[in-house]
Amino acid sequence: SVGRGGACTTSAPSLHITFSLSLSLSLSLSLSLSLSLSLSLAFCSQDIRNTVGNIPMEWYKDYPHIGYDLDGKKIFKPIRNKDELDEFLDKMENPDYWRTIHDKMTGTDVCLSDEQVDLVHRLQQGKFGDVNFNEYEPAIDFFSNEVMIHPVTNRPADKRSFIPSLIEKEKVGKLVHAIKMGWIKPRRPKETAPQYYDLWAKEDPNAILGRHKMHIPAPKMRLPGHEESYNPPPEYLLTDEERQVWEQQDPDERKLSFLPQKYLSLRAVPAFSRFIQERFERCLDLYLCPRQRKMRVNVNPEDLIPKLPRPRDLQPFPTLQSLVYHGHSSLIRSISISPSGQWLVSGSDDCTVRFWEVCTTRCLKTMEVGGPVKSVAWNPAPSISLVAVSYGENVILVNPGLGDRLICSATDQLISSYEEPEEVKDQQVQWAVPEGKAQEQGQRLILTHPKAVKQVSWHGRGDYLACVMPDDGSSLQVVIHQVSRRRTQNPFHRNKGAVQCVSFHPSRPYFLVATQRYVRVYNLIKQELTKKLMANCKWISSMAVHPGGDNVICGSYDCRLAWFDLDLSTKPYKVLRHHKKALRGVAYHKHYPLFASGSDDGTVIVCHGMVYNDLLQNPLIVPVKVLKGHIITHDLGVLDVAFHPTQPWVFSSGADGTVRLFT
Amino acid sequence: MGGLQKKKYESGSATNYISRNKARKKLSLSLADFRRLCILKGIYPHEPKHKKKVNKGSTAQRTFYLLKDIRFLMHEPIVGKFREYKIFVRKLRKAYGKAEWGTAEKLRGNKPGYKLDHIIKERYPTFIDALRDVDDALSMCFLFSTFPRTGKCHVQTIELCRRLSVEWMNYIITLRSLRKVFLSIKGIYYQAEVLGQIITWLVPYQFAHDHPTDVDYRVMATFTELYTTLLGFINFRLYQTLNLVYPPKVTHSQPAVMLHFDLLSDYLTSALLPFLPPRFAEPRWPPVPRPGGLQEDGEKLAERLKARQDQDRQEKLFEGLKFFLNREVPRESLAFVLRCFGAQVSWDKSLCIGSTYDVTDETITHHVVDRPSLEKQYINRYYVQPQWVYDCVNARMLLPVEDYFVGVTLPPHLSPFVEEKEGDYVPPEKLKLLALQKGERPEQEEEEEEEDNDDSEEEEDEDQSDDEDELKGMEEKQALGKASSVKVTPGEAKPVNRQRAEQEAKAEEKRLAVMMMKKRDKYLYDKIMFGKKRSVREANKMSAKRKALDEASKANKKKKLKK
Repeated sequence: SVGRGGACTTSAPSLHITFSLSLSLSLSLSLSLSLSLSLSLAFCSQDIRNTVGNIPMEWYKDYPHIGYDLDGKKIFKPIRNKDELDEFLDKMENPDYWRTIHDKMTGTDVCLSDEQVDLVHRLQQGKFGDVNFNEYEPAIDFFSNEVMIHPVTNRPADKRSFIPSLIEKEKVGKLVHAIKMGWIKPRRPKETAPQYYDLWAKEDPNAILGRHKMHIPAPKMRLPGHEESYNPPPEYLLTDEERQVWEQQDPDERKLSFLPQKYLSLRAVPAFSRFIQERFERCLDLYLCPRQRKMRVNVNPEDLIPKLPRPRDLQPFPTLQSLVYHGHSSLIRSISISPSGQWLVSGSDDCTVRFWEVCTTRCLKTMEVGGPVKSVAWNPAPSISLVAVSYGENVILVNPGLGDRLICSATDQLISSYEEPEEVKDQQVQWAVPEGKAQEQGQRLILTHPKAVKQVSWHGRGDYLACVMPDDGSSLQVVIHQVSRRRTQNPFHRNKGAVQCVSFHPSRPYFLVATQRYVRVYNLIKQELTKKLMANCKWISSMAVHPGGDNVICGSYDCRLAWFDLDLSTKPYKVLRHHKKALRGVAYHKHYPLFASGSDDGTVIVCHGMVYNDLLQNPLIVPVKVLKGHIITHDLGVLDVAFHPTQPWVFSSGADGTVRLFT
Repeated sequence: MGGLQKKKYESGSATNYISRNKARKKLSLSLADFRRLCILKGIYPHEPKHKKKVNKGSTAQRTFYLLKDIRFLMHEPIVGKFREYKIFVRKLRKAYGKAEWGTAEKLRGNKPGYKLDHIIKERYPTFIDALRDVDDALSMCFLFSTFPRTGKCHVQTIELCRRLSVEWMNYIITLRSLRKVFLSIKGIYYQAEVLGQIITWLVPYQFAHDHPTDVDYRVMATFTELYTTLLGFINFRLYQTLNLVYPPKVTHSQPAVMLHFDLLSDYLTSALLPFLPPRFAEPRWPPVPRPGGLQEDGEKLAERLKARQDQDRQEKLFEGLKFFLNREVPRESLAFVLRCFGAQVSWDKSLCIGSTYDVTDETITHHVVDRPSLEKQYINRYYVQPQWVYDCVNARMLLPVEDYFVGVTLPPHLSPFVEEKEGDYVPPEKLKLLALQKGERPEQEEEEEEEDNDDSEEEEDEDQSDDEDELKGMEEKQALGKASSVKVTPGEAKPVNRQRAEQEAKAEEKRLAVMMMKKRDKYLYDKIMFGKKRSVREANKMSAKRKALDEASKANKKKKLKK
């Protein structure tokens, strides 16, 4: 039974076990393999062992028998008529139900004995099946270090263990020979410790290589400042905001590579976590960074400032704001001074023209016109009292009736003495004589243009009047009127760009026309273009001609003031960028070497502009005073500047509705 | 026109430079070996002026070396050693693969090595050159000597670094050439003057390092290899100038010390003074050359003499004082600094060897402590915090000990390396220190009292002004009640400040002149002025910050007093 049981167990993966007391040893050996066992048990008393082997028992499902016994007879299924209810009742009532197992091989229920239950428990716990088996028995070495009195084997020793080896002798002989011949040397003791000596004992400065002179030594590490201290003054610690900024910055952008920190005592200072990294970065810098000698120019900023004559030495020039002319309710686009210097006319966007006495700031006369006044110009001839005012498409000539009565009446006579010629030419501009109230106010002539007039400009003699009607794309942009003959000419047949402003030359028959980027100088007699000045700016706003006639200044909307010397070049002799915002007006003084520019930044800058008679000497340009006073309204500051004809005084009109006099 | 057409990139700057990869191929070295060679020979890349030309029209990022440099490297014998080593590694690997242990053993016995002596001599032809470049070497050696004996690099290297750094410190102590010390959050900066060269090095605090992963230790090891050689030769030379044997031998009275190098080095730092002879009587300063009777030189001479006297005084700063270090203070650093200035130092016997006297010694003058309170205190000595020692060294004088007593909030520790120029921000502590150095005694208590008085006066003033305001308001009300009438009021004569007017005139003159500047000059001028303004702004910001902080602390104090 032992042998058969053993064969059975080894052949089957799920084990068949036949229980008997004599089998326990073999069981314990084989069962220790697995704990999830399906046991089929049988009793030995009635030896009905099934011989079908390890097969699925469903195969016998439809048969009355369940297999065959040792003699080859059928084993019949026991008669079972237990249903689920019986099973349940059995489970409830039978106290041995838990130890009852259904044996599929025989189809019987088997109740396990106490020993068997015990055995199953032990196997489940991974113990040996046999209770008496001792797994920790003392081991007895067969071969031990103790010399025993009896040999293990009784074999006699070999002969070769008594005589010296020839092969060894040969080998030793070879080695001895090699040592004798000096082929093998004893191994030298290793020198592990580095040997130092006086390396620079024979310093020879001449032996220095040429390349060594080219060598750029690495710059030393930056020495630490107060902020790196373990206990810095409190102002070096970062506030919360600064710390946040520091944290958000890129490590390369940071001004400090670490956060300053304060510790109350030296004991509390921890290790610096980036120490090794910083040293490593230094190493990288030493062997990876290209080195270059950079010559740092040490410039004293004071040396860069040009040496100019002191403004004090260039007096007189206006230095103080002395009078303010209040009255206009809107921005004053244009001002003009009478040739005598006693009266001032201003034209404003509130559709009025006001006449002021210069010395008292008194408004002597207010004249309402039919639109915002773009430009006013007092006739420069001292014998004529006439003011040109442009609004909308009209230009009116006004006799203000101020000053010398004789002159006023002479002017009136001059205008009224006009006799209509026999053949009336068809003109683009209509000349009309106002009547009634307008006549009483002083208006003498009304010139109606086809387009809006932006600027009016008198010729020095006082007979010719140029009007600008800026229109890009039309040849009719500039007209010249002759007042005495009431005649109008259009000097240009071709359009050369939008005209910004025009001016007559003070002494010669030249006519200057400023378009957006160029100033063209025409000879009126020869009827040709004489010069074309390149202003080097984006958009010219204003222009003034030096009373000497050889110099022109141009103000532009891109904050530049260009000074042209007509004898020198068509390019600016000097470009000044002293204003912060667009220039609106420029003006020359008639006698003094002064010019002024007004800008949107609310300042008037007065410059000394000396022109020498000697042609070889270039003009001297020195800014002498920045005059402030105008209040900036709607981003506009000073709109026009004009000099007093005799005194070194400058007038400026601004967007704040005032005219200011600086003396 | 005859002649061949000139080809592009065959002359000029394109042939003067070579890219890194090409250089590597030319030397037939691996990248690691090339890097090592560059580090050892001190070859660094160059930035060509026209990168695109050198790069043959390409704009790719490349590192360029001078071709001359690479040719120079080709003649270096150490390149051959690198190749030998490579072969050695290959043979050894083969032997191990075949399990030929005997061969492997033999091979390892013949491991090829190289010496860097000639490289040092070539890179630093004179001793002064070497000294000038020793900053990095010292910092690196001090860092490596704090590494643990396991892992990152060879134990021998660490021990060598330790030995060299200790020897260096010995030299500094013997010659008393330490000048400045600074406790930063990174470590301790020391600055010494050796043979007229200013040398600064950084020593980390005594903590275990957490080794970062983004650091290539091979590069560091190569640098250390170079630096240990350099430092060894420098030490040798320095010791030789003092007529000392190098490496220094420990006397036989401490036989136990000889056994472990580790202990030896500790011993070296701790009880250094006994076995190095005291300072030499020879004049360290070279005799001042006699000027040709020029007065300027006379002035210079006087200045120099004064500087020397100052220095002599500084070197004897702690002479005659006896210090005892408590166990929580950084012993090595303090012992080094104190001995550099002639003090006697000792510590607890159980802490480290080298203690010369006990706590109970009655002659101890200063006891350095870094804990909030001490149980047992002796009457006849000062108990100071370690910062006192460092501050004294930087101030070149013995500072009053009251600010540094145990448990007292320490005054800020300032960097001695900052030299404020005009217009820079100077912390008030520095001003105070400068005053102290000039010999003025600050009288704090009186000041405080005065301040208090000022405050009270101000308050009174405020009260008065309030009254006046009220009166004015009343008057105005009355005036409004009446009918408005034209009034003539007497004008007030404005005092003309002539000085101020002059200044303003000058300023305006300058402004006007600036207007007339050329565009190019204006750009430069604006840039310079921007920089100046920024520094002024920063200084102002600092002083404002300080003022706010002071006021806040004052208010706090007052509150506490009231409570």
